[in-house]
Amino acid sequence: MAASDIATSDTYKSAVRRWPITRLLEDERWLAFVLLLPTMVLLGLFIAYPFVKGVELSVTDAKVGVPGRFVGMQNFAALLDDSIFRVAVWNTIVYTAVTTVFKLALGLWLALLLNRNFKGKAFTRAFILLPFIIPTVLSTFAWKWMFDPTFSVINWTLFRLGLISTRINWLGDPSLALISVIIVNIWRGVPFYAISLLAGLQTINPELQDAAAIDGARPWQRFWYVTWPLLLPVTMVVVLFSVIQTFADFQLVYVLTGGGPANATQLFATYAYQVGVGTGLLSQGAAISLAMFPVLLVVVIVQLLYIRRVETL
Amino acid sequence: MARISRRKLLKLSGGGAVVARTGGIASILALKQAPAFAQATTLHWLRWNDFVPASDTVLQKEIVPECEKALGVKLSIEMINGNDIQARTTSAIQSGSGPDIICALNNWPQLYPESVADVSDVADEIGKAQGGFYEESRVVANDGKKWIAVPWCVLGAQLAYRKSWLAEIGYEAPKFAQTWEEYREAGKKLKAKGRPFGQAVSHSFGDPPTYAYPYLWSWGGKEVEADGKTVVLNSKATVDSVNFAVGFWKDAYDEGGLAWDDSSNNRAFLAGTISSTLNGASIYLEAKRKPDVYLTENGTPLWQDILHAPLPKGADGQFGYHLPMSNMLMKYVKDPKPGKEFLRWITSKPVYQAWFDSQQGYSVGATTIWEKDKLWDKDPVMLPFRTAARAGRFPGYAGPADRHAAEVLSKYIIVDMTAKAIQGMPAQDAAKWAHEEVTRIHA
Repeated sequence: MAASDIATSDTYKSAVRRWPITRLLEDERWLAFVLLLPTMVLLGLFIAYPFVKGVELSVTDAKVGVPGRFVGMQNFAALLDDSIFRVAVWNTIVYTAVTTVFKLALGLWLALLLNRNFKGKAFTRAFILLPFIIPTVLSTFAWKWMFDPTFSVINWTLFRLGLISTRINWLGDPSLALISVIIVNIWRGVPFYAISLLAGLQTINPELQDAAAIDGARPWQRFWYVTWPLLLPVTMVVVLFSVIQTFADFQLVYVLTGGGPANATQLFATYAYQVGVGTGLLSQGAAISLAMFPVLLVVVIVQLLYIRRVETL
Repeated sequence: MARISRRKLLKLSGGGAVVARTGGIASILALKQAPAFAQATTLHWLRWNDFVPASDTVLQKEIVPECEKALGVKLSIEMINGNDIQARTTSAIQSGSGPDIICALNNWPQLYPESVADVSDVADEIGKAQGGFYEESRVVANDGKKWIAVPWCVLGAQLAYRKSWLAEIGYEAPKFAQTWEEYREAGKKLKAKGRPFGQAVSHSFGDPPTYAYPYLWSWGGKEVEADGKTVVLNSKATVDSVNFAVGFWKDAYDEGGLAWDDSSNNRAFLAGTISSTLNGASIYLEAKRKPDVYLTENGTPLWQDILHAPLPKGADGQFGYHLPMSNMLMKYVKDPKPGKEFLRWITSKPVYQAWFDSQQGYSVGATTIWEKDKLWDKDPVMLPFRTAARAGRFPGYAGPADRHAAEVLSKYIIVDMTAKAIQGMPAQDAAKWAHEEVTRIHA
């Protein structure tokens, strides 16, 4: 091969055509923007647009098929005088608070158990996820049968065991109905907590535990002083997601009780659906949905600030 | 092969359609092809999954091909859960596209008057030809000036009861409790034998309101005056009705009913745990369909031990609330003509007959002509359903069946008034609570 056939590095460079877009993407700021663009479009379409549309609806008197006119805060003011709405607010707070505490406690306990080595660990981990994998509507129908006033398998079992003499009216008694929907939510939510916290536990270096054990720390002390502080950031994120989801829960209550008996299990979302879709009052339905937004916003801000503090410690 | 440009094709097919519509069969023969109108027209009809599955089969297997043959319209029927129709209707109206025709329950057409086509020409024609519509069908599908839906049917609600069990306590058929007091006494005796009455008093769209409203009316209670504005719910009649209901519940009913949905009483009755319940004819029809499955305690077919009766009389009379259904032709449909032609065709007597027969009396036609049908000669047990719709009223009485009535209904305020009292709230307070809620809605 003749020496003249070999292109020098300079001539090679000049042979490559650099498109304007290539030059643009070499700038990191533009590259970042382009990479973020799909996410921004998706968030804009499916999160921001519906949210803005919801806000817009809530300040009008729109009905299904009627655009409506601006009425300011009238829909929100009307809610203050709505006794069913007040019940829904209380129910939603109780529902979210109680389920979150139980889901966290049970999820953490399960995660700690699953973090140990035992035979059939992989199978058990997959099995634990079942309540979370099964479509909510389907599993809730199963629970509905289990709580059925006439054919409840739970009542049948308790009766056969001699623990009850008359049947328990799970979904017919106002207090028990709320407890029942709480039980189903906890059953469904625990796997999410367990698997997420298990993932967090597995990022903790086992040497830290070993070192604490050598220093004479008991199991409880090892958990409290080593595991828990390191697991806290993950826990906070999991709780954050869970609170948001539970606050806006719909299908579970809709299938199980429809908000009854006498609104004893009515939540924000079920009431918003009842008003917005059931009676075509879109604006009032939107106002009910948005009434939970300030509460959620405060919860989210507090939790995010706490996570940041924990992470910077 | 000769090339046909897009413009030429449009001209040909458009011309064909116009000629076919104006020139009839001669023009179709002249064109040597079916009209473009017939080739291209499709109709999407959204309706619920019927409680009588045979009727859905008739629609899919008989009506769909017949429709194509008779009208040249390709009909596609989508069947979904009745609870989900409103959500689909809402999204269709808001997005401006969806099913051409939606079969509505209750007074849903009154919720969407701006979004449905005026079908007065079709409804007037059908009503005139078939002896007129029942009042209940009229108030839900007519806004006072025009028809906003074409009435389809009325689902009769009657008490289904165990003939032999009632006979044991002195009600040898056809004798049945005529008043609420008699009915309560009967229920008390039956509950003592472990055979209570059953009734859903919960948030479910069918059975709870179809019981709670006629019960209230029979005592003389009502939501509003005829002006549709003056709320009069908190009256002596209402408080008396609630008071009576609380004792009645404890004396005679299966107390699980506070958590029942529309299918719970069917299951309980078929399982032999309740003796009487307000329902459509589905309990009887299902027991008859599976005579080997559903048996009495003596091993005989259950259907032979079932009879039907209307709700008892109260101080103010005897009433019923029978679920009306009507078909809305949506306004977003660009050409309403095929939809109107279809509604005219399907509600015409010869075509409707096939569907009516398949219902076996579970629903009656929206027009009075169906009371005279030979179907009623087949099974005397179904006879109480034949004229049930005559005593029908619709929620909102004595006012119109408008949006306010729908809001009271969909918030289950009348149902919850009784439910709250059963749960321990004094009857006066329950009536006051319901009155305030209804007033807020009408404000």
